[in-house]
Amino acid sequence: MLKLSIQDLTKKFGRKTAVSNLSLGVESGKITVLLGPTGAGKTTTLRCVAGLEKPDQGTITIEGQVVNDYPPKDRDVAFVFQNFSLYPRYTVFENIASPLRIRGLRQEEIAQKVKEVASFLHIDHLLDRRPIFISGGEMQRVAIARALVRRPKVFLLDEPLTNLDAKIREEMRTELKRLQGEMESTFFYATPDQAEALSMADTIAVIHHGHLVQVGTPTGIYHQPVNMFVADFVGSPGMNFIPASVEGETVNVGPGYFSLPLSPEMRKACAEQATSKEVFLGIRPEDVLIRFEAQEGFYPALVEVVEPLGVLQIVRLRLNHHFIRVRSEENAHFPVGEKVFFGLKEGKVRLFDGKSEKRIW
Amino acid sequence: MSSVRVENLWKKYGKVEAVRGVSFEVKEGEFTVLLGPSGCGKTTTLRCIAGLELPNEGKIYFDHDDVTPLSPADRNIAFVFQLYALYPHLSVYDNIAFPLRAEGLPREEVRKRVEEVVELLQIRDLVSLKPRKLTSGQKQRVALGRAIVRRPRVFLLDEPLSNIDAKLRETTRAELKKLQKSIHATTIYVTHDQVEAMTMADKIVVMNFGDIQQIGSPHEVYHYPANLFVARFIGSPGMNFIPGEITRRETVGIMVNGASFIPLHGEQAEAVERISLSSSQVVVGVRPENVLVSPEVEAVLEGEVYVFEPLGAQNIVTFRVGTHLLKALLPGDTMFSRGERVSLGLKEIRIFDAQSQKLIA
Repeated sequence: MLKLSIQDLTKKFGRKTAVSNLSLGVESGKITVLLGPTGAGKTTTLRCVAGLEKPDQGTITIEGQVVNDYPPKDRDVAFVFQNFSLYPRYTVFENIASPLRIRGLRQEEIAQKVKEVASFLHIDHLLDRRPIFISGGEMQRVAIARALVRRPKVFLLDEPLTNLDAKIREEMRTELKRLQGEMESTFFYATPDQAEALSMADTIAVIHHGHLVQVGTPTGIYHQPVNMFVADFVGSPGMNFIPASVEGETVNVGPGYFSLPLSPEMRKACAEQATSKEVFLGIRPEDVLIRFEAQEGFYPALVEVVEPLGVLQIVRLRLNHHFIRVRSEENAHFPVGEKVFFGLKEGKVRLFDGKSEKRIW
Repeated sequence: MSSVRVENLWKKYGKVEAVRGVSFEVKEGEFTVLLGPSGCGKTTTLRCIAGLELPNEGKIYFDHDDVTPLSPADRNIAFVFQLYALYPHLSVYDNIAFPLRAEGLPREEVRKRVEEVVELLQIRDLVSLKPRKLTSGQKQRVALGRAIVRRPRVFLLDEPLSNIDAKLRETTRAELKKLQKSIHATTIYVTHDQVEAMTMADKIVVMNFGDIQQIGSPHEVYHYPANLFVARFIGSPGMNFIPGEITRRETVGIMVNGASFIPLHGEQAEAVERISLSSSQVVVGVRPENVLVSPEVEAVLEGEVYVFEPLGAQNIVTFRVGTHLLKALLPGDTMFSRGERVSLGLKEIRIFDAQSQKLIA
């Protein structure tokens, strides 16, 4: 069931179009993540939903009601900002209680709700303190608690974890997802962080230059990206691309570097969709294998950078004029500057059109 | 470039002890990362090395020279705040020459030294371009070129990647590491992001509450964390902990959750036998990649799926085991739903003293 529906939303600031003709549904009780780089139009979209910006075009519908003409307070949404602001002179308790006080709830009811949400977010020991005496991570939790303490129809979260330390960010991700699941609330969540999107979302909507590029499940977005932008943006590191050309039954990386056979289905896809024989061969870093010895189906490259991550290492290999990044989960030691051989896992190669950069296969 | 030695550094702000007796060494050409959460004293330490703060106690040496009483200008350091801040109206050449001209060096000397840097960083083709024509990687090279042209004794970097997009940070990281190695620059780099530390550092100095928690290579801090803090801070997600009790059956082992017995072997069994613990209470630590779903290993614990976070190449699955949460890093093709019951096995566990929180084996 759709909790929130955005139809043909366009918002301009002067001559700049921040959001262009965007349509998207947000399902009830789910997390929908708006994912895109800085300046893609994420915040503007959220602000239009909240009523903080007036759309130039399009309708915003919440629970079947068109709310375009409603002021923010009547839309029954809660907004968590990236730069969270708390009342500095209030205690944590009073900060969380403030939306309930405005709505005139009884004292006991307020106390009960605040304590409930505070223990949910592990900040119950901070209730008597003022914001200056707690850490940044704790402040953001208080800001989230203040939003969660009432049950609005939709939660709008605008990069709520961006300003936190990497470690806290990672832990809060799991916490927020658990909270949302237990409360069965509806989250519309904007972030530039693909890991946050993949790990938290039920649905991801990728936005770029104000346009919606792809909507899908985390798995769908990861494995069937519609174009090179999505393939590169999602994944850590993103997909590797090598320019290549399709000739007959093979795709060649050249000149004379290596060739891969094309299956009949791939050939058909190329014939139908490719604008020319120039394509990009795409491969995820976890789908590349490295060997120290030459063997069938493996091609030479130089080890350029090795980045250990504990559980795995990211190895950057230099091909002729390009590099590819490989996620190696083996304990092998790859000396920088050494010649190695790489191979591509069967069935994992993707093809993108050389001009439009859209995925062909 | 120089080596750096910090000896028993103390820095207080009023009653707050920001840095509490910190000592470490950085070899010539070494990439050392000061890593820790906000407020751990890492930036204060760096600022003392730069001469921007005067320590209350302790000494700082560059090679054998005591630089503690010297002003920042007399220390000959390069302090890089942001890797992309260039003068937009100057060409690449003039950007690099700028600090030398500001010092009033003769024309011929300026030319010679800029040429050297241009050669070293392989940016010959870019010298006449303005910054806006450069890619982010090129800008970074130029910013670095401007810093090294003065021939500093040491590079100091304070979270230089924190303000850029997550996506760009990945490539920048690898580039920076490659550059640092190629110019053999003694580097001290401050960050709260363990991924940056792991991927770039030769040596990591982990700090918390103004104290050093551990000094080691990325491999050491990851696989042999000195204490619970380091174990949790390093890794994504960090290490899992389950409290347990040393128990003797046919073999020595650890009883966790009251019912599950984890037998110990080899060195770990010996270490546990050897030391006389004040109590038999220990904490079992296990990395998320070593939490396995049976039948891959012998199951020792029963868990219930609590949160499922897909990350594309891998999934993070949080299991509830008794009253504890255990995060597992599982292959990207595994699927779990909330509430599912799963038997779990543990591999490569670490044992910590529950009291002192230090690594036993």
